[in-house]
Formats: sequence, C-alpha cells, structure tokens
Amino acid sequence: MMQPGFRTPLRRARGLGAAKHGVNHFIGQRASAVALLFLLLWGVWSALRLAPTGYVGAVGWLHSPWNASLLVLLLAAGFYHARIGVQVVVEDYVHTPLAKTGALLLNLFICCGGFVLAALSVLKVAFSAAGAI
Amino acid sequence: MSDAKADAAAPRRPVGPMPLSPHLQIWRWHITMLTSILHRATGIGLYAGALILVGWAVSLASGEGAYGAYMGLLGSWLGRVVMFGLTVCVFFHMANGVRHLVWDAGKGFEPKTANFASVVVIAFAVVATLVVWIIAAVTGGL
Repeated sequence: MMQPGFRTPLRRARGLGAAKHGVNHFIGQRASAVALLFLLLWGVWSALRLAPTGYVGAVGWLHSPWNASLLVLLLAAGFYHARIGVQVVVEDYVHTPLAKTGALLLNLFICCGGFVLAALSVLKVAFSAAGAI
Repeated sequence: MSDAKADAAAPRRPVGPMPLSPHLQIWRWHITMLTSILHRATGIGLYAGALILVGWAVSLASGEGAYGAYMGLLGSWLGRVVMFGLTVCVFFHMANGVRHLVWDAGKGFEPKTANFASVVVIAFAVVATLVVWIIAAVTGGL
C-alpha cells in the first residue's frame, strides 16, 4: 500500500518501472548478449565444420562433451535472449490486453518449448553410443 | 493503489485526440535509422533461425533418414537463400549488438561516430557473410 508520506513521484517511478519487473530484463538481455557473442562465433565455425560431414560426422561431433555443452549453452542463451527481445517487440506494437497477453504467452511457450526440444535432442545424441540411434 | 491526490492535481487533458509525435514517413531516411530498424528485423530473423536450429537437432536425434531429409531441405535452393539471410542476420545483429553495449557505457552517441559505426556494422555484416560462404564453398559445405 502506497503511503502518501514523503516518497517523491521520482522515487516511486524508480521502484519497478513501467514494466513492473525492474531491471532484470535489461541486465539479462546484456549478459546473454555477451555470451552469445562468443557462442555464435563458435556456432558459425561449427556450422562450417559440420556442413560437409554427413550424419555420422554430426553424431560424432556431438559425442564431444565440449560441442554438446556449448550447443546447449548456445540454445539456452539464444532462446533467453530471443524471448526478451520479442517480448519488447510485442510490448511495442500490440496494445489490446488479450492479444498482448496471448502473444507474450505464445512467445514464452515457443522459446521454452524450442529450448527443451532442441536440448533434449542434443543430449540424446550426445549420450548415445556411436552408431546406435 | 494509485495516488488519488496526485491524479487530481495533474493538469487536465484537453478533450479530443492527443497530439501524435511525428512518425516514420515524416523523417528523412538516415543510416542510424536503418541500422536501428535492421537490428529489430534481424532479431526476428534470428528467432526463426533458432527454430531452424531446433529442427536440425530434432532431425539429428531422429536418425539418419530424417537428418538427410532435413539437410536436403537446407541445401535446396530456397534453403540456401534462407541460410544466407540467416548468416547476414547473425553478423549484423552481432555487430550492432556490440554497438548497443558501447551505447550502454554512454559512448558513441555523437552523430559522426554514430553514422560511421552504422557504416562499419553494415560493412562487417556483408563482408563476414561473404567470407563464411566462400569458406563453405571452398571446404565443400555447399
């Protein structure tokens, strides 16, 4: 409950801000951006290495714990960053409460679902014995 | 919840539509505006790219047939166009993202610096994309 007391409008505005969740997203977006800078450079390099190899090459590549770990990290940082980024876009352009809530939920579900689906697929291949998928 | 007294003290809104700030068509096109719009556009492109990566992982986990079919899709004419666009998105968003981090440090806002950085970011995206695709062609990745 807001006391009329001595808090200035500025102090109140500084509380959680217009988005009602403080600076979490601001910091998270930048932290994941720094991680993605390195992970994506690795990702492009890896894509170049994997492009000429076929199925067996890709499976063997994922058997390296380094590759599997970095790929899961790329997916985690990527979908986290994507979720916040698209949320900002939705908040900018969609203003009717129902459509906005629906779009934000859809964004959340796509990013969470995409991450889990891809990460479990990566782990399945990473943990499989060579040639037994 | 809201401060009723403060609301009452606020100046009365004039009746009728609120004045709007000038929108896109009013402004002369400018390179900083282009990079700003491209950052958002490439971000949306990378959203789709993340889903393409999900498809790759799922197809790999589904076995050799599924993986072959998926790679065939990516290697098709349309697939290559999409992957080329995705490469542009990666490098543009990456370079312009670094620019955003510099802005967060409070630097790079002078018009000359901002214009120059915009050119650098676009040039980097084009050159890096071409380099990656040339490497892919040379190493047999296409």
